[in-house]
Amino acid sequence: MIELTVNGIKRQVDVVPEMPLLWVLRDELGITSPKYGCGVAQCGACTVHIDGKAVRSCQSRIGEVAGKSVVTIEGLENRDQNPVLQAWIDHQVPQCGYCQTGQIMQAISLLERASKPTDELIDQVMSGNLCRCGTYPRIRAAIHAAAAMKMAEK
Amino acid sequence: MEDIKNISRRAFVFGSAAIAGGIAFGSYGDAAMAATATNGNPLAAELGPNSVTFNPWVEISPDKITLIAQHADIGQGVGSAQPILIAEEMDLDPGQFEVRFAGPSPAYFNTGFANENAPFLSADHSPAAEAARADALEALRKSGLQMTGGSSSIPDTYEKLRIAGAVARETLKAAAAKRSGVALADISTQSGHVILPNGTKIPYVELAAEAARIAPVLDAKPRDPSKWRMVGKPMMRLDVRSKVMGELKFGIDKKMAGMMYAAVKLNPNKGQPLKSYEAGKAQSMPGVKKILKLKNGVAVIATNSWYAMKAVDAIQCVWAPSTYPAEQAGHWKVLEGSFKPQFLGKEWRKVGDIEAGLKQGTLFKAEYRAPYVGHQPLEPLNGLAIVSDSGMEIWVGHQSPQAVQSIAAAAIGLKPEQVTFHNQWTGGSFGHRLEFENIRVLAEIANQMRGTPIKLVFSREQDFLQDIPRQIAIARHRGSVDKGKIVAADLQLASTAPLKGLLERMGAPSKDPDPQLAAGLWNVYYDLPHFRATSYEAQGLSPSTTWRSVGASTAGFFTESFIDELIHAAGLDPLKARIAMCSVPTYRKVLETVAEMSNWNGPLGNGKGRGVAFVESFGTPTAEVIEITMTDRGVRIDKVWVAVDVGKVVDPVNLESQVQGGVVWGLGHAMNCQLTYAKGAVQQTNYNHHEAMRIYQCPVIEVRALENDPKVRGIGEPPVPPAAPALANAIFAATGKRIREMPFNKFIDFV
Repeated sequence: MIELTVNGIKRQVDVVPEMPLLWVLRDELGITSPKYGCGVAQCGACTVHIDGKAVRSCQSRIGEVAGKSVVTIEGLENRDQNPVLQAWIDHQVPQCGYCQTGQIMQAISLLERASKPTDELIDQVMSGNLCRCGTYPRIRAAIHAAAAMKMAEK
Repeated sequence: MEDIKNISRRAFVFGSAAIAGGIAFGSYGDAAMAATATNGNPLAAELGPNSVTFNPWVEISPDKITLIAQHADIGQGVGSAQPILIAEEMDLDPGQFEVRFAGPSPAYFNTGFANENAPFLSADHSPAAEAARADALEALRKSGLQMTGGSSSIPDTYEKLRIAGAVARETLKAAAAKRSGVALADISTQSGHVILPNGTKIPYVELAAEAARIAPVLDAKPRDPSKWRMVGKPMMRLDVRSKVMGELKFGIDKKMAGMMYAAVKLNPNKGQPLKSYEAGKAQSMPGVKKILKLKNGVAVIATNSWYAMKAVDAIQCVWAPSTYPAEQAGHWKVLEGSFKPQFLGKEWRKVGDIEAGLKQGTLFKAEYRAPYVGHQPLEPLNGLAIVSDSGMEIWVGHQSPQAVQSIAAAAIGLKPEQVTFHNQWTGGSFGHRLEFENIRVLAEIANQMRGTPIKLVFSREQDFLQDIPRQIAIARHRGSVDKGKIVAADLQLASTAPLKGLLERMGAPSKDPDPQLAAGLWNVYYDLPHFRATSYEAQGLSPSTTWRSVGASTAGFFTESFIDELIHAAGLDPLKARIAMCSVPTYRKVLETVAEMSNWNGPLGNGKGRGVAFVESFGTPTAEVIEITMTDRGVRIDKVWVAVDVGKVVDPVNLESQVQGGVVWGLGHAMNCQLTYAKGAVQQTNYNHHEAMRIYQCPVIEVRALENDPKVRGIGEPPVPPAAPALANAIFAATGKRIREMPFNKFIDFV
C-alpha cells in the first residue's frame, strides 16, 4: 500500500510504485480532471500540484509521490473565488476544454512565482502545455486578467 | 471571366452530376424545414409519463426541460449554441434546461450538407443552383444521414432549431390558454413560464401533460432577430464553467461499476490483419487479467489503463504488410505519376480557352506539395462498451452516430439497431472522430468479454499509428501573365481522396469524383479570362480522411500561393490585385475589410513582410493577412488579421475563438507537421514529432465577422485554408523566397 494525500484527504493505493500518478488519480481514485494526452510530458494536460509545484503527473511515479500532498483542480482552496479560474471563465478560454485543467494548474503556479508576468514569461512557462484547439490568445489574456485580479485583492 | 451566375451555369453544364428537375420551394430555408418535418421524432418513443415532446429537439417532463444538441460537440461549441437557438425562442434562460446529445435517428439528418452536395459554386444563388440544392436536400432527407462535419452545424440548425423552439413556445401557450380560458393573444412567455394577463406564472414543466394532449402549433414562426435576447450577442458558452472547474466528463472520463480497462496494439500497416503474436511476458505483468487476439492486433484487459498499456507494449506481433508503399518516397512517386487520364477525377471548371490563354505573354509553372498530417486531438480515441446477449451499448464521442452502430454491429455480427449509442463530450476531433479505428476494436473486445463493461483508451502512440491522415497532394499549376495582368490559370492537382475514402469505410462507397478535391481549386472568384481546375485521384496510397477544412487545406495553399506568384509576376500588389479581380461583391468586401484591418498600405519595418490569402470553403469566404519579421532565430509570426462573412453571427465570442483556433491550426501544421511512412507505419508517434503551434509561436489574431452573405455559414473550418498560403506569401514578401511545400520548416526556420 502506498499512502499519499490528494486534495487534503489521505488515500491508500495498492499499485506498483512505477505507476505514474496520473493513472492512480484517474483509474484508482476516480479523479478525472488530470487528463491523459501524451504520456511523455509533451502536452501538459496531466498537470497537477505536488507540494505546491506544478508537475506532469504522467511523469511522477507513485512510489516517489508517497507521503506528499497532491492537489488537482477539484481540490483547489476557495475554488469559486480563484482568480485564475474566474479569469478563465470570464475570457471563455476553453473550446474542447480537454487541456484546460492542465493549463490552469500551470498558470496558477506561474502566478505564484510572478505576480505580473510579461507575455514573454507566459510564453516561456506555458509552452509545455499544448492546446490543439488554439486557445492561446485567450490563455494569455486570462493570465493577465488573473494577475490583475490577484493584485486588486491584495 | 464571366459574372458569377454564368460561371456557375457553365460549371453546371460541364459538371457530371445529373440533376433532376428542380423542386419549387419558396426558399432554401423553407425547403429545409419541409424536409425536416417528415423524418419522425425519436424522442416520442422514450417519453416518460405526463411528458411532452414537440419535435426531435425539445422534451419537457414534469420535473425538467431537456434540449437536444443535434451535432457532436468537438470543441466547436454546438453543445451550447444549438440549445441556445432553441432557448432563445422558448424564452428559456441558461440554467433552466438540461442539454443532451442526439441519439442516432434520421430525424437528425444534416440539412447543412445540401450546399456542398450541389455542384454549384457557393456564391451562386441562381434558380438553377437553388433547385440543385433543394434536390440535394431531398436526397439527404431520404438518406437520413446524421453527421457532424463540413462546418455545417449552424447552417443545418439555425432555422430548424429556432422553429423547434417557436413551436414549443406556442404550444405551451395554447395549453395554458385551454387550461385558463384566457385568449391566446393575451398570453405571453418569459423565463421558462407562461404568463397570464392577471400576472399568474405557470412553469413550462407544469404544462407538460396538458401540452401533450393538444396538437402542436406547427406553423409557429421564429422571432425577428431584433427581438433576440441571446443569439447574436456576446454570451457565455454553456460548457465553459464546467470545463474550467474540471467537472465536465469527457468520453474518456466515463466510468461504470465492474469496468475493466483495455489497451491495444494494432497493425500500423493500416487496414491489414495480425499474423501472429507472442504474449508470454505480458501474461504475468501487474494488473493483467486477459490477453485477446483481435482481427488487426491484440488487446490487454487489466485493472488500470496504465497496466494495460504497459503489458500490450510487451507483446510481440507479426503484421501483414501494407498494401500501400512501405516507404514515403513511394507515396510521392505514385502521386507524381497520377497526372494521367486514367486517374482523372474531374475537370471541375473550364473558362475561356485555357491552352490559347497559356500561350499569351509569359508562361509560369510551379509544383506544390502537401504531406499527410495527423488529427491528434488531445483526448485520444477511447470508448466504453458492454456487450450482452441482446446487443451492445457504447459510450463514445463520435461525429456519425448511425455509422457507429453499423460499424460496431458488423464487427461482431449484430444488427445496427442492436447497438445503443450514447454520444459523449469530446476533447477535440478535427475529423478524427469521423473514423472508426476505436469503434471496431472496442466492439471486438467487449464481445469477447461479454457482460463486462470495457473501457478502451488508445495510447498516444497507437492513436498516431492508427490515425487515418489528411490527404497527400501535389499540384502542377500553370499560368500566364501579359501586359500587367493574369491571363490564364490552369490548376491541376493529384491527391488521395479523403471524402471518398471516408464514405467507403462507412459502407457507402461512391463512384463519383471526390468533391473535396475541388475545394479550394475550382472555387476561385478572380475574374480570369482563361481558367481550368482539374483533379486526379491517386490510387493505392494510404487511406486518407477529412482533416479540418479537408480538400481546401491543401488546394487552398496551392491555389492562393500560385495566384500570388502570378500577381507578383504581373507587377501588381497582392491585396489590391485580389480586390480588383474579385467577381463577387460580398467577397470583395471581405478582402477590403482585411485590407483596412491590417493597414495593408501602411509602412513596414525592416525585415518584415505581409502576405494575404483568400479562400472560400464550405461557403464561407475568408481573407487573412499575416505580418512576419525575419529574426536571427528565424521567422516570427507577429500578427494575423482575419475577415470572414458568415451571413449571421450566432455567438460572436465563440466565433472569434473558432477563427483564432483555425488560424493556429492552419499555421502550426503548415510550419512543422507531416506524417511519413517507413516500413508501412507512420514514423511520428507523439507530439514531439508532430508539434504544431505552441503558445510561444502564437501571433496576435484579430478577427472581424461580416454578415453580408445571403445564407448562414459555418466557421469551424474556413479559417484554416488561407493561413498557410498567407504565411508563405508573407515569407516571400519578406525574403523573396517562395516556399511551395508543407511543412515550411523543411526550408526555413521559425522562432
